[in-house]
Amino acid sequence: MSDNKQILFEIKDLCKDFGKVKVLDHISTTISQGEVVVIVGPSGSGKSTFLRSLNLLEVPTGGSILFEGLDITDPKCDINKHRQKIGMVFQHFNLFPHKTILENMTLAPMKVLKKSKDEAEKQAMELLKRVGLEEKANAYPAQLSGGQKQRIAIVRSLCMNPDVILFDEPTSALDPEMVGEVLNVMSDLAKGGMTMVIVTHEMGFAKEVGTRVLFIDEGQIKEENTPQEFFDHPQNERLKEFLSKVL
Amino acid sequence: MADLKAKFILNFIEDNRWRYITEGLSTTFIVTIFAILLGLALGFIVAVIRSTADKSDKHSIIIKVLDSICKVYLTIIRGTPAMIQLLIMYYIVFTSPDVSKRLVAILTFGINSGAYVAEIFRSGIMSIDNGQFEAGRSLGLNYAQTMVYIISPQAFKNVLPALANEFITLLKETSICGYIALTDITHGANVIRSQTYEPLMPLLAAAAIYLIIVTLLTAGVSKLERRLRTDER
Repeated sequence: MSDNKQILFEIKDLCKDFGKVKVLDHISTTISQGEVVVIVGPSGSGKSTFLRSLNLLEVPTGGSILFEGLDITDPKCDINKHRQKIGMVFQHFNLFPHKTILENMTLAPMKVLKKSKDEAEKQAMELLKRVGLEEKANAYPAQLSGGQKQRIAIVRSLCMNPDVILFDEPTSALDPEMVGEVLNVMSDLAKGGMTMVIVTHEMGFAKEVGTRVLFIDEGQIKEENTPQEFFDHPQNERLKEFLSKVL
Repeated sequence: MADLKAKFILNFIEDNRWRYITEGLSTTFIVTIFAILLGLALGFIVAVIRSTADKSDKHSIIIKVLDSICKVYLTIIRGTPAMIQLLIMYYIVFTSPDVSKRLVAILTFGINSGAYVAEIFRSGIMSIDNGQFEAGRSLGLNYAQTMVYIISPQAFKNVLPALANEFITLLKETSICGYIALTDITHGANVIRSQTYEPLMPLLAAAAIYLIIVTLLTAGVSKLERRLRTDER
């Protein structure tokens, strides 16, 4: 469905070793504009490492990652420039506790994109309104619930107008009752056409919102399919076993 | 009572002996304040270099060399007494007779304190969750911006009590200034004692002054701590 759209990530033979342990073992795939790619797999399979490689929080030990046509694994490449366009949402939110919500959201636009304070705040307030948290603008992160923190983390990444957002288990640290509010924000983003790569254990969400699902195990992509086929007719033995445990 | 009054006059009024105390006080103040500033600047730089070397797994040559220099600095400064450092600075490094003794003291205590402040700052930087660093970098901030806007403010808050401790130690350590015949509070009081053969009043006065300065400093730091804690609720 996104065949003729612009390719954002082109990943070739990506490898990552921690000492003798092979965490990523020759992973190749492409991610195009507008796709919502959901990555599932058992813990320790390398799915988080794969996601974190996409903005070089983990430096690969082999292979290449082309982002918008440029090889970001090239040591000469200025990764800061590309990271501006690759948003990231973490399992533990990682809001800056010493700054207010508004300051959390305006810091990078002002320091990196050199936006004026007024301009950055105006955009931040609009985004806060979109997730219904505008009255928290001057609160500190410690005063928010987990679900609220994660919604703020999502809009903080949106403040940089990224081309793609990476989600690293965004709901795993939340109380069950707060998972829904975060997934709703993510669904809205997907409907708005945002390109997203999501590592998650929320299979229902993967089925509903994903355009493609990857199964990563032992550092390799073992299966890659549309959500319908992926969940209803899994081919790989390990995937069948995995799905029988989590569904 | 009359005896005490006579002693007070002998020690502080006669021959304007109070001047030893006021001159000493101003020396102690100036040396301590400038040594703290020098120590903070040196300590911050060393801490950033050391934690950068600790953090990144692939070291660039420059970082490696700088890190080694910092390690030698820390080893030498922390491994030798401040008094020896002061004497070396005065008699060996600055051999010229007309060098300002205050300057010698400021440099010695600043360089000395920098080593301790560096390790305090480094422990502060290491205490910040790596996720903070990753969040900053993933937003496109570079290493230096992440350090300045995200890591340092949180680290500073965490190390404030340890830092106050270091400043108190530094203030009291300046009492060895007398070894290069620089009149700080301690040396001033000791001069009075040697002239009047009356140790009680000058030494107690010196002790009281240190105590008052430390009390004020402690009060100031806890006020700053409370102000920085507004975000924790």
